[in-house]
Amino acid sequence: MKRKVTQMRIGAGMLALAVLATSLTACASSGATSIVDKAKNDKKLVVGIKIDQPGWGLKKPDGTYAGFDVDVARYVAKALGVPESGITFKEAQSANREPFIQQGQVDMVVATYSITDERKKKISFAGPYLVTGQDILVRADDSSIADVESLKDKKVCGAQGSSSPKRLADKFGAEWESKNLTQQQGYGACLPLLQNKQVDAISTDATILAGFATQFPGQFKLIGKPFSTEKYGIGLKQDDKAGRDAVNNAIEAMFKDGTWRKAVDANLGEFGKFFSSPPSVERY
Amino acid sequence: MTRASVLYDAPGPRTRLRNNVLTLVFGVVLLLVAYVVWNKFDEKGQWAGKLWRPFLEADTWTELILPGLRNTLSAAAVAAVLALVFGAVFGIARLSDHWWVRIPAGVVVEFFRAIPLLMLIFFAQYGGSLAGLIVTEFTAVVFGLMLYNGSVLAEIVRAGILAVPRGQAEAGYAVGLRKNQVMRLILLPQAVTAMMPAIVGQLVVLLKDTALGFVVAYADLLNAGARVVPANFFNLIPSVIVIAAVYIVINLALGYLATWLERRSRRGRRSAAAPVAPGVAAGGEMAAVP
Amino acid sequence: MEAVVDELPVILQAFWLTVKLTVVSGVISLVWGTVLAAMRVSPLPVLRGAGTVYVNILRNTPLTLVIVFCGLGLGTVMDVQFSADDLSVDNFWLSTIGLSAYTSAFVCEVLRSGINTVPIGQAEAARSIGLTFPQTLRLVVLPQAVRAVVAPLGSLLIALTKNTTVAAAIGVAEAALRMKNLFDAHGSDIIPIFLGFAVGFLVLTLPVGLLFGWLARRVAVAR
Repeated sequence: MKRKVTQMRIGAGMLALAVLATSLTACASSGATSIVDKAKNDKKLVVGIKIDQPGWGLKKPDGTYAGFDVDVARYVAKALGVPESGITFKEAQSANREPFIQQGQVDMVVATYSITDERKKKISFAGPYLVTGQDILVRADDSSIADVESLKDKKVCGAQGSSSPKRLADKFGAEWESKNLTQQQGYGACLPLLQNKQVDAISTDATILAGFATQFPGQFKLIGKPFSTEKYGIGLKQDDKAGRDAVNNAIEAMFKDGTWRKAVDANLGEFGKFFSSPPSVERY
Repeated sequence: MTRASVLYDAPGPRTRLRNNVLTLVFGVVLLLVAYVVWNKFDEKGQWAGKLWRPFLEADTWTELILPGLRNTLSAAAVAAVLALVFGAVFGIARLSDHWWVRIPAGVVVEFFRAIPLLMLIFFAQYGGSLAGLIVTEFTAVVFGLMLYNGSVLAEIVRAGILAVPRGQAEAGYAVGLRKNQVMRLILLPQAVTAMMPAIVGQLVVLLKDTALGFVVAYADLLNAGARVVPANFFNLIPSVIVIAAVYIVINLALGYLATWLERRSRRGRRSAAAPVAPGVAAGGEMAAVP
Repeated sequence: MEAVVDELPVILQAFWLTVKLTVVSGVISLVWGTVLAAMRVSPLPVLRGAGTVYVNILRNTPLTLVIVFCGLGLGTVMDVQFSADDLSVDNFWLSTIGLSAYTSAFVCEVLRSGINTVPIGQAEAARSIGLTFPQTLRLVVLPQAVRAVVAPLGSLLIALTKNTTVAAAIGVAEAALRMKNLFDAHGSDIIPIFLGFAVGFLVLTLPVGLLFGWLARRVAVAR
């Protein structure tokens, strides 16, 4: 019931926004307040997550959200003083995570979000809470792909706006990008293409691939030779130092009290073994 | 055939026989095509119960699909209202006696009609954040829909007003009405009646176009069908088919409304203006703008 | 402004793809739309029914959905493949199928209403002066019907040109997707880039509009 009211209020707010934006009278968003203050005062947070990524962020038919990112978000929110009922999850696709944070549409993003210097120009990161690398998922019976080099003459699927296909395109050149790479709306769309041999591989973070592979036991295999280092961080406003520190503290507490381990095993099943120990938080 | 056609004579006995044979032949061909498609689906396991069963469960609808439908409808509703306002303002402005109103209005309308909607949506997203505005996907979609469909509606409004015979305005001036009185009391009421079918036709187009929100991750009906549901059940194709059926039902209903309005306005004839055909704004006479 | 000049090759490449998509889908839509129109006005109820069902389904489905279905469904379920070693060719044709399947439904309706503009008296008059059935069609009915559809077909062509951008949904690097990628690469030059692409579309659509408008006036049937 409570959720309905909030949603209605959001709807009304959006309507007002649309009107404002079109009449060009809206002023720049004042982004000065810290996530810590907002959490303390409102007891509410809006968290950007993926909603179509099994194992990480998935909206389920019963209306709840599940996945490792969701567990991390809940833990951090709780540490900041926000109860589970105060969290509003909002879909953040790969392409729109930075604008979401910059524009204050979400308070933080926990969405398989790699820490990069380029992104740090626009936003800031707490964490990392997990370290993984770009890996390759192939059909279980396909032994022709051993590492990233063998992708040179293979067809690969990636998601629009994600950094993984960009890395391959930079490596193999524009002609390869045009002929061997297809970019869909999200990695879920790549799965049927791989199953039916339209493409030979899906390449992105091992974590995401593992999330999909656990849903189809025996059908796919993970190459297991990561060729990049992806550090998953929690995206926050660039100038929110206090918020970053507080979230970092929460992440470290999660590592220490065993919640992190439990969440990894619960969400990644047999692939949990790839993530044996938590990374160390990088404060700045 | 019951209705006489400009293309055919009434069939004689031999034609009837030939038609029956052809009916049989084409019927078999169509069944064959359907069979091949069905077979392919079967081969790929697309008829498997576990892919379709989720759609028999209420939760799938209430938690995953209907929120998407609600977002589609709310984007369409807000965009429709804004587009109607935009269309009325610019349609009337294009008929202004002052060149400095008429020409800029014309440029705006022609510009936004020539730009693909998806580009407007992308521009709203990126340009808005450049200007420091908060642009949600909802705002971006509504912004694009408003400008594009508003421009099309402006042309419908203009055509509707022009469709009122000149004598109506002249009679108004003759009895001493001012310019805005003539527009408000005489031209617009008659024009609105004439425009109604075309407006509803354009609103169907607007509703369909909300699906472009999928490309910018607006959580609309298509997004629910192509990403949210398949992420749970890995049934992309069945899910897209079910979602297509939902769109078709809604749009057919709106289409029937347009036809009914057209028939009513033709029968009622409370307006001196001839009805404006749907899609007049496309520059043509009868094509709906897809 | 600099970004537009620097990236001109990319922009032109994007528009070349847009033009290719438009022309190829335009031709296919015209042919397939004519077949559909023939079905919908044929004396055989089975063909009329099939045509009606096709047109009503495609006309009332969002183009984005049609293209997503073609991009992710035709290959995986129907084993449709156009190139074994080039995904861009594959995606080009899959989106062309989507665009054509959708646009042809509208072409069909335009052609059908064109035939409906010919008064039945014209055919009756033709028969009464002794013209045979093919003569009636060729000399009296079709010439009038074709003239009535010139302007709306022009509008459809313009709409199709703009609709090719929807192919971005399955990763075809046409104008809209390229524009978005350039937005990402040159964050401060968003307005010049947008205007550059807008001019591109004006260049593509305005001449078509003028040409078809002129043609329609020239061949219009005075009634």
